[in-house]
Amino acid sequence: MADDNELLLEVNDLRMYFPIQKGILRQTTGYVKAVDGVSLSIKKGETLGLVGESGCGKTTTGRCIVRVYQPTGGEIVFHDEGEIVDINRLTRQELKTFRRNMQMIFQDPFSSLNPRMTVLELVGEPLLAHGIARGQELEDRVAEMVRSVGLRVEHLPRYPHSFSGGQRQRIGIARALVQRPKLVVCDEPVSALDVSVQSQVVNLLQDLQSDLDLTYLFVAHDMSVVRQISNRIAVMYVGKLVEVAESEELLRDPKHPYSETLLSAVPRPNPHHHMQRLNLEGEPADPANAPPGCVFHPRCRYMEDICQTDVPALVELTPGHHVACHFADQLKLQGIDYARSPRA
Amino acid sequence: MAHDSLLEIKNLMTHFHLHEGIVRAVDGVSFDVRRGQTLGIIGESGCGKSVTVHSILRLVPSPPGNIVDGQILLHRGGNGMDRVAVDLARLDPRGAEIRAIRGAEISMVFQEPMTSFGPMHTIGNQIIETILLHQEGVESSDARDLAIENLRRVGIPRAEQIVDAYPHQLSGGMRQRAMIAMALSCTPRLLIADEPTTALDVTIQAQILELLMALQEEVGMAVIFITHNLGVIAEVADEVAVMYLGRIVEQAGVNELFDNPQHPYTQGLLNSIPHIDEEKLPRLRAIEGVVPDPYEIPSGCAFSDRCPSFKPGTCDRAMPNLDETVSGHLVRCFLYSDVEEGLTEGENGG
Repeated sequence: MADDNELLLEVNDLRMYFPIQKGILRQTTGYVKAVDGVSLSIKKGETLGLVGESGCGKTTTGRCIVRVYQPTGGEIVFHDEGEIVDINRLTRQELKTFRRNMQMIFQDPFSSLNPRMTVLELVGEPLLAHGIARGQELEDRVAEMVRSVGLRVEHLPRYPHSFSGGQRQRIGIARALVQRPKLVVCDEPVSALDVSVQSQVVNLLQDLQSDLDLTYLFVAHDMSVVRQISNRIAVMYVGKLVEVAESEELLRDPKHPYSETLLSAVPRPNPHHHMQRLNLEGEPADPANAPPGCVFHPRCRYMEDICQTDVPALVELTPGHHVACHFADQLKLQGIDYARSPRA
Repeated sequence: MAHDSLLEIKNLMTHFHLHEGIVRAVDGVSFDVRRGQTLGIIGESGCGKSVTVHSILRLVPSPPGNIVDGQILLHRGGNGMDRVAVDLARLDPRGAEIRAIRGAEISMVFQEPMTSFGPMHTIGNQIIETILLHQEGVESSDARDLAIENLRRVGIPRAEQIVDAYPHQLSGGMRQRAMIAMALSCTPRLLIADEPTTALDVTIQAQILELLMALQEEVGMAVIFITHNLGVIAEVADEVAVMYLGRIVEQAGVNELFDNPQHPYTQGLLNSIPHIDEEKLPRLRAIEGVVPDPYEIPSGCAFSDRCPSFKPGTCDRAMPNLDETVSGHLVRCFLYSDVEEGLTEGENGG
């Protein structure tokens, strides 16, 4: 948990535009604005959940932060024991050394592990690549890591195909954490897993966070899982952040109409819950051709004239609660009502 | 109860004969689907829920899959003397009879609408084909109008234009709507929905669920709804069957199942997921272990190796029966059934 307000990462006005190329000359005819002016900060030891629907740019944001993509613009400032590093300005060589500080956990444990490498090779590879350990020391460190993610040392000589989805995800987690990164970008780490295995992996991620002092950016679409693991939640829609708040506050008291709809759409495992569901008409806007004004206005129930022309800025409404909506302080929105205490 | 059932499955067994051995994907499943009702089947991957419904439409590839035992009775006619039943399990999977049933009396919506539409034909042509195949006396010119009408009914805007679109030109949500339009084009009596919203975003999922429930009311069809999402099942189902490794372990009305889950697996599933409308737990209560490999199913109760209430000498010796604990609530667990009876039966039966 975040014990003080020490920042680990600050993202300012991050933009990632992918060119659309047409014709045999591959001329650029437009841009897909996957991430368009995202600013966020992550404190040391906390988990920031990043939620949104497919195509909203949440994965791209995560990938820009670890510089899998070279962002079109913006700053990604990493606070590393007093030193301040702009990840977006690092050269290739600098980046290679710096990457030890930040790692990624991927969604699909079936395609993210090389099928021709054993668990020992998979988990040991980052240590070799960064020249951290080799030989016996490498094997010891890999064995320790593998044990801490709930696998056994006997698994080391095996190949990924002999493991279940949940176990493969554990291998992926071990591979990401073996070089002791400070920041981990988890990109939908449990959404490909079975229901009974999802909770095991969520628990594992929480345990590892406190054991290894990790900071997570947790990218996912499942609001219930994100709330379970996150201290704060950022909601993203068509390349922009629309709301950022403490997770319980965001659930109880959402201030952006999109967050409200997203919460009401979560199916509740309770047949007595007869929700007044707020149906969201239409589909998310095309990031190559985003509407003017507020990107959400074509689907918004509270839309007024100003929403069609002026882009709302992400402003701090109450301490720690940021919203990008012209009417955030006037709307009475419906959140989650904690009527029930946890089941016995 | 039996007289208003539309589909009755009795002791269905669908096995796959593979080089590595026999996979008992569906191993003695029985249930009724009543007219106009929704039966939800819930379970994790590999529990046999998809194979069960593929068996109904005889879509299980053979070889290696075979229906080795059981009946799948589709009831036709009213409640009187004209009532007849067809056993789908005995039909030739390539024969004319099952092909006349597929898409007309029973139709299906799949998880991934991109792979279930042919990519080379327009949406319209694929719906028109279904209509012309199953509805006698419809001219091809009228079929196009019917297709447009069906697309409009599922809430597709500009249906006159979308009818000429290819599947890849539509978004995931629109494709799933088009899939539903095609499935409903011949007014089936039973719709099988196999994870129809799993690939969709939550707001789109909400739209599709509302649409399915509204259409069900309008058409009066029965629905078998397969999913692994407990939230979705709570919303759509009237009756719920929980499957684990080829067998139903618990079955009850939706309120009863969620209020009074009895099988340790059902309880474990409900406890392990994060509940968004309850106070946050510091840790989730996960079920131990993983779904076993189909070749290494534990002896006795299939859930015994992960069960918190495991009783050595009982649970690992025999498979408990699916017994009624309270009216309409079936549970397959020795916590509720007569241990001695289960043991003798299990040992006699092998």
